[in-house]
Amino acid sequence: MGLVRKIVTWARIKSPWIIHFNTGACNACDIEIVAALTPRYDLERFGIQLKGTPRHADVLVCSGPVTKQITPRLKRIYEQMPEPKFVVAVGTCSCSGGVFQGCYNVESGIDEVLPVSAYIPGCPASPKAIIDGVTKLLMSLEDKEGSRIQGPGSGKK
Amino acid sequence: MHKVIIPIGPQHPALKEPESFRIQLSGERITGFSVKLGYNHRGIEKACEERTYLQDVYLTERICGICSHAHSTAFTQAVEEIAALAVPKRALYIRTLIGELERIHSHLLWLGVAGHEIGFDTLLMYTWRDREVVMDILATTTGNRVNYGINTIGGVRRDISLAQVKDILKAVDILEERTKYYIDISTKETTMIKRLSGVGVLSHKDAVRLGAVGPTGRASGVDRDVRRDDPYAAYGELDFNVITDDHCDVYGRAVVRLKELMESYRLIRQILKNMPEGPIAVKAPRKIPAGEAVSRYEAPRGEDVHYVKSNGTDKPERVKVRAPTLANVQTVAKMLEDGQLADLPIVIAAIDPCFSCTDRLISIKDTKSKKTNILMWDDLHSYSVKWYRDKGIDFTKLNRKLQGKMS
Ligand code: SF4
Repeated sequence: MGLVRKIVTWARIKSPWIIHFNTGACNACDIEIVAALTPRYDLERFGIQLKGTPRHADVLVCSGPVTKQITPRLKRIYEQMPEPKFVVAVGTCSCSGGVFQGCYNVESGIDEVLPVSAYIPGCPASPKAIIDGVTKLLMSLEDKEGSRIQGPGSGKK
Repeated sequence: MHKVIIPIGPQHPALKEPESFRIQLSGERITGFSVKLGYNHRGIEKACEERTYLQDVYLTERICGICSHAHSTAFTQAVEEIAALAVPKRALYIRTLIGELERIHSHLLWLGVAGHEIGFDTLLMYTWRDREVVMDILATTTGNRVNYGINTIGGVRRDISLAQVKDILKAVDILEERTKYYIDISTKETTMIKRLSGVGVLSHKDAVRLGAVGPTGRASGVDRDVRRDDPYAAYGELDFNVITDDHCDVYGRAVVRLKELMESYRLIRQILKNMPEGPIAVKAPRKIPAGEAVSRYEAPRGEDVHYVKSNGTDKPERVKVRAPTLANVQTVAKMLEDGQLADLPIVIAAIDPCFSCTDRLISIKDTKSKKTNILMWDDLHSYSVKWYRDKGIDFTKLNRKLQGKMS
């Protein structure tokens, strides 16, 4: 593996920037994500930073079962992110629909719409669970060292 | 001058929830404002009719994760009223306790978000660190940090032990100390005062006319609080002040919330002191007799109203929710009138909006004819009925039968 690629991989794993998008969540998972970024849990020590625009982000953190109205927006945000990109589903309802399963206006989970790399269940997922999920995702990327990091969506149209 | 329309959202750094606003600008001045709701509409009211009363307690809790106790309490209160259940005193006290703890976590959360919106991120980090103190208490008393699941029809599910009482009192002492510090910052620190004063003005008259509720209304001098005006749970036996303010701007809203925190600490101490012994729940029937009830609850953001209609089965016939943000969102257009674009985030944040509670209509875009049509309640209702019917679930016959029986 070339030196440049090695550096790129290292940088990617050490500073994943995230963007958070609420896809119809009840807000509980959202505040737990923010709580994970604040001093008690401090996700930033893994180099993780919350960004305002999808164009700066490597990881899309979604919470919520995906309502019908948000679906096109969610896709658009995903499309705007640069490769390689990863999607993390936070909360039971973004993993499977959760309590909202069967409601007329929701899909059952993010993976109906986008390829998901990590599922973090819990209603709401506690900050500890979120940290655990995110670090596991980062570690799985580390394993792939040697081969180029590819998001699950890359290569697909 | 040339007019520009800026769409903001549904994904935008200044918004924590997916909502979309259209701002009409002339230079930096805001001349028009409209909101498009519905990104968070999940169809909870309809889903409530699908599930049993007990399941609905957990579903209504998930209308909003920040004031989850508000919604589940409002719902259980309504059901208990229909079923004429005598909820034990101790259960009412525990409900009140959790309600006040929730208010503390919500107001601290708001203070942090407000700090963030004006570029004062240190305040965000400070308040969220302190908020963890109350989150720990909620986690140990109820078993979950958010969406506590403590309510059940007929009472509460968990009792409070003496050790927990001690922990709570200790936490309240810490928080009180910190809140005094925040009050100090907000009322003395020039940056805060200058940034928040005169921003997002809502006069008393407009607040009454537009039906502002909660801290948004109280900061404009609207002296209304369900806890005092129509006491529920244990509030009738407790002594507290309703905080109002006549600054009528974002600064006033911050002051009201901070002072309410102090009242909450006082309330919690009283609750823990006066909490009666006894059972924490009565057994509730599975089927609730026919009837209807409206229940009100003073959520951290304002008055939350639930309406429940039962038809004698184990599922409600109709559940309707009026969340506080729906009442408050109308006021934003007034607050922004003639304001600066840069004030937009803090003005919106100042009503402490919670759109996951609010979304009650959806708009569907027809990509072929490029037409947008907003589904109003009636259309939405028939759409949902049809959706369920296509899935093989049909209540029409049952409803007709029941109505025939009743009349
Ligand atoms: S998983 Fe539960 S807590 Fe999280 S957003 Fe969904 S309903 Fe809310």
